[in-house]
This record gives sequence, structure tokens and C-alpha cells, in this order.
Amino acid sequence: MPNMSLKKNPMPHQDPVVRAGNFQEVALGYTKEQAVDEAQRCLHCKNMPCVSGCPVQIKIPEFIAKVAEGDFEAAYQIIAQDSALPAVCGRVCPQESQCEAKCVRGIKGEPVGIGRLERFVADWHNANVSEKSAAPASNGHKVAVIGSGPSGLTCAGDLARKGYEVTVYEALHLAGGVLVYGIPEFRLPKSIVQKEVDGLKELGVKIETNAVIGRSITIDELMDEFKFEAVFIGSGAGLPMFMHIPGENLKGVYSANEFLTRINLMKAYRDGADTPIMPLQGKKVAVVGGGNVAMDAARCSKRLGADVYIVYRRSEAELPARAEEVEHAKEEGIVFKTLTNPVEILGYNNPEDKRDPKNGSVNGLKCVEMELGEPDASGRRRPIVKEGSEFEMEMDCVIMALGTSPNPLIKSTTKGLEINRRGGIIVNEDGLTSREAVYAGGDAVTGAATVILAMGAGKTAAKAIDEYLQKK
Amino acid sequence: MYRIIKKRALNPTVTLMEIEAPLVARKAEPGQFIILRVDADGERIPLTIADYNRETGSVTIIFQIVGGTTEKLNHKEEGEFIQDFVGPLGRATETEGLKRVAVIGGGVGTAIAYPVAKKLHDVGCHVDLIVGFRNKDLIILKEEFEAASTNLIIGTDDGSYGKKALVTDLLREQIEAGAKYDKVIAIGPVIMMKFVCMLTKEFDIPTVVSMNPIMIDGTGMCGGCRLSVGGETKFACVDGPEFDGHKVDFDEAMARGAMYRDFELKAREETCNLFKQEVK
Repeated sequence: MPNMSLKKNPMPHQDPVVRAGNFQEVALGYTKEQAVDEAQRCLHCKNMPCVSGCPVQIKIPEFIAKVAEGDFEAAYQIIAQDSALPAVCGRVCPQESQCEAKCVRGIKGEPVGIGRLERFVADWHNANVSEKSAAPASNGHKVAVIGSGPSGLTCAGDLARKGYEVTVYEALHLAGGVLVYGIPEFRLPKSIVQKEVDGLKELGVKIETNAVIGRSITIDELMDEFKFEAVFIGSGAGLPMFMHIPGENLKGVYSANEFLTRINLMKAYRDGADTPIMPLQGKKVAVVGGGNVAMDAARCSKRLGADVYIVYRRSEAELPARAEEVEHAKEEGIVFKTLTNPVEILGYNNPEDKRDPKNGSVNGLKCVEMELGEPDASGRRRPIVKEGSEFEMEMDCVIMALGTSPNPLIKSTTKGLEINRRGGIIVNEDGLTSREAVYAGGDAVTGAATVILAMGAGKTAAKAIDEYLQKK
Repeated sequence: MYRIIKKRALNPTVTLMEIEAPLVARKAEPGQFIILRVDADGERIPLTIADYNRETGSVTIIFQIVGGTTEKLNHKEEGEFIQDFVGPLGRATETEGLKRVAVIGGGVGTAIAYPVAKKLHDVGCHVDLIVGFRNKDLIILKEEFEAASTNLIIGTDDGSYGKKALVTDLLREQIEAGAKYDKVIAIGPVIMMKFVCMLTKEFDIPTVVSMNPIMIDGTGMCGGCRLSVGGETKFACVDGPEFDGHKVDFDEAMARGAMYRDFELKAREETCNLFKQEVK
């Protein structure tokens, strides 16, 4: 008899007041008892709607059945057939719009906590099973993977398991891509990412950090000189967008990418860190944008001691961030200024003293109020400026979290690689680009999207690369 | 890890290091830069490539000790290793079709002007290399400059060597004496580049400057290095580091460059103190 409770087992969390002052993980994870109890809420529907909501089609009811039985390792092995990074996806996937959105239990009450169960299973496995995956015998084929984010790691792992000699090239000094420079420690502990990377190394994957493909080595050189038979491009969507309003280059204006990279990759929040970040204790910070990255930047600012405002031009209902992230941000005391759009960033200027070090620093944000009109091309109601609604807010720092676009470095140095209007690499359903033996996936193709979609693209490309090289 | 093949103090605060980095050396060109980290918790700093050798796979950097990271780097010795060294980044200097060029360098920026002058000189361009230092003791790379130029002009702020003049004065003299330049390339402190550009604008000489703003990744990802060029926002790491000097907003670049000045001074002091304790 299933557990007919209408509500999910709540996720244990760090207290909001406490966590707003530290960078440790916010969600603490289910206990064994909670996991088993939650697993018993699954009705094991024959048509498995949840699986159709999962970009990599994890056999969700099967793994949940094993959790209900208390056989957590068996549950892990079921997930591992389809997902390379369950500990990551259990934490950062937008389950509410994927698997859980399709869950029958969600029609009357809350859906089964699939994401929470996935995370529990992955964490249980990582804590209790120490497997040394031996590198399989080489099949003699060499494949290069560009970028060590979710798509690259997944593609590399799938190919290595089939015996390919895989080398991953990473431009930064540390592997993990957006998982290490973008997503904060309190949402995704970096030790989890490191474990995934170490797992790949055990499989024989070589990881070359400090290698900027397109500059140090071009794709043509990878194939002609370095003798790689196929290349997968997973270089992500790294280029930050700005609003192009006055004052955007003042001191104290960051792209969310810069702000988060300083904190997550360079650990600028730690005492004695070599990398500086603007001191934010007692300062006012505006984060412009409403996506997950905006929430991450806002919550990091809070942890550095700032009063934080999210400034977003549509209404709360349109916030693209996950509901859970918005809720966490609110609990931590972040103020939401929705239907508000910045028109200018104001700066300090002392005409008396040209050498005043405060000159050129942010001291305010000029905004207009917005209202929602007719739906636009995205289906969301178009925000329109309210006449005469201009107002100013005092601010010390402004973080632009407006989205990112694909990095043009590889495109500009690879002949014959076709890209679309938005800078994304054009691929077919197998992830093949306009160049033979060159595949691509993840944000480099789609523009900024989710970890799980990038992972799915890495899997698809790995399968296609395998088929291509076996036929060759 | 990247080995330090050679280390040479050029003056009390400027050091030259040759680093073993074959992946960088194979593609490096004048005008490009690298990013390095000294140790595992280190910050990423950009440094322009001063020279390279494709055969030995080495890249030369020249740096001035200004903050904690350069202080730490300066304490590394020949045979030791630095953690990370990535590049070449940015676009190379455009040298095609130039007949006569004035290359202007100020302070440690002269080290970056050197490979640019050398490349131009190698392809047969007439190079007037105008370099300025505060005083005689700070002059670096004199022999290298001589070999890389048709005409080397050295000035000092206090007159202790060469003419007592700023590089802008020396450049003006050349122009007024009739030198017809296809281009002026200015590399040095932002304030120097600003004044060189004001001068060349007067004479309508195309001028290129090499910007070295605060940077983290060096691949276009963070936007920390952005500057205004002709009213547009450009990223020095991927669009530059060289830009049309007549379009750069130097005042904004100076303000942005000073963003972490207090932190840098404090970090250098703390690093110095740490090394002093080790010596004890």
C-alpha cells in the first residue's frame, strides 16, 4: 500500500538566518527513513509519465522501487545507466518542470520528490561504496573533448567506458566548467564535482587544464597534428550580456559571471584569499535579472554581508528561476523589486577632487516601474514602461545577471563550422556539426540552458561518435 | 606545473622570467598575453608576452612587483615551478604593410613594446623606439631595444640618462622634425597612453594602445576587463588587448584599474611580511 500523504517529505535545510552567513550547503538531504517514506509515495504508473519528463530518461519508478525496498545501491545502479552525474542533477535539475511536473501524485497534492530521492541515492552511494572503476582496454581510437562542463564530462565518460582514449581540454585551471565557476558551493558542493572528475580520470580520461582551444590549439590541429579522430565541442555559453545603459562600466558593476567566478572558482569569499572582491559588508547590492544565476549572485552577496535587491522587469510569476531558489532567496532576506527596470547606473563624482578614489564608483540605480501588456513571442506578457515612474535607489554594487551567449572563440578559428544567429553551433539530431567528425552539445549549441540538457547532449554525441568511429 | 627556466632582475622592481610552456610558445605572437597563477590558491593575473622561442618551447614574461601575486612570483627561483600558465590569449599586433612606426614604451610597458618593435624591425619596417623611465637605474633591456629598432630614443623623468623628457615630448620632437609615421604603437601606463593619443590626434596619426585591465579568465567569460572604445563596450581579453587609441575612454579605464588598489597594496605588504618571517 503506497504512502498516500499529499505532501512531499520536506527537505531538511540549514536555518535561513544561519545559512545567510555561511557558504555551506543549504539543503541537507533526506535521511534513510525519509527517503524510504518518500519512495513509498510512488504509484508505479504503468505508462511512467515521469520518465517522459526526464531529458535523459532515467528509469525513475524502477530506482524509486529499490529505494522503497531499502536497496540503495541497486537504485544507484539503475540511475547510473542513464545519468553520469546524479549527485549533481539531484541538486540542480529543475525537477518541478521536468519529471515531477508529470507525476500523477502532483495532480492532487505534491508530486513524488524525485529530485530529492535522486540526490539521496547518489549521496548514499558516494558515502558508502568505494568503487575503483578500472580503465577499460583501449580500442585504439582517440577523441578530444573541448570543455569540462556537464556536456563534456558526460561525453568523455560515456566514450571512455567504451574504450576510447579521451582527452578533455579545459581553458581554466580547474575542471568542471559552470559547475565550479558558476554554481555556488551552498547549492552544489565542489567536492561533488571533484569526485565526478576523479571518476573520469580513473576511467583513463586525460584532463588538460590551461588549454584554450581556438588559441593554443585549433580544432584542425587537434585532428591533423594531434591525431584525434573525432572532436566534441562543449565550450558552453560563457559570454555575459550587458544592458548597454549608461554607467555600466562604473566601479562596482559586475557581470554575474565575474562576480560568481571570483567567489566560486577563486574563493574570494575566504579570509586571506589572493583574489579580491569588493567588500560588501553593510553595502547595498542590486542584482539585475530573475534567473537562477541572478538568485546565485544575490545569495552570494547576502553571504558577504550585503542588503540585496533583485531587480526584475516582469512580475514574480515570470521569474525564470526555479521556485525553490526564489523561496530560498526570500527566506534569506533578499528583497524582490519586480516590475522594475534599470535605466541608468549612477556614479559618484567629486568635481572638487579629481583624485578622490571614490570617483567612478556606483552610488545608485535609476529605474522605471513596469506593467505587463500583451504576450510577446516568448508567450510571456510584455513588460511596458509606466510613464513618469522613474525613481532612484541608493546602491553600492550592481550585478548584471541577464544571461550569456556562446563563446565565439572556436567558431572564429574553425573554418566551415556553421553557427546560428544567436551564436550557437548548428548540429543535427546526433550532435554532428557542419564539419565531419566534429560534434557539439550543451550551451555552446543551445545558448544558456540546464545542466541536464547539456548532459543529455553529451550522451547523444558520445553515442554518435561511437557509431561513426566504429563504421570508419 | 610550469618550470622557470631563467630568472633575471632587470631593475629592483622589474623581473624577467622564461617559462617552459610549449603549448603557449607554439602559437604566441607579439601583442598577445598569458594568464598565470603562482600557486594552488593563487589569483589569476594577465601578463603580456615579452618574447617566445618555439624551438625550446619557452615564453618570456616581464613583470613589475605591484601586488601580492607579483611579489610571490618574484620569490620563485630558476628551476622552481608555477602552478598555471595559459595562453596565448588575445589578438596579435597587426604589423602588415607598415613602413615607419614609432613604438612608445613607458616603464615596465617597455618590456611589452619590445616584441612588437622586434617583429616590425624584423620585417624591415623603420622603427623609432621611444622609451621612458623615471631614472637611469630603472632602465631595462637597453641592448634588446637597440637590436630591435632603427632609432632608439631613451628619456628619463629626472634627466639622469638621455634627455630629461616625457615620451610624449620625445615623440613630438620626432614628428616636428619631419618623421612621417604610418602608425604609433603606445604601451605603458594608462595615463601615458592617454597623452600619447592626445598628441597623435593633433597630427592625425593612427595610434594603437595595449590595454591591460583587471581580468580573470581571459577568454571572454567574465567581462571584468571591459572598456569603452568608441562608445561601445569591448572586452580586452578577446577583442584586444590592442585598440584604436583615439577611441578608448582612458579615464574610465583608469578608474576601473584602481578598483582593488587598497587590496593589492595590503596583499603585497602581507606577502612581504610572510617572506620576512620565513627568512627569520
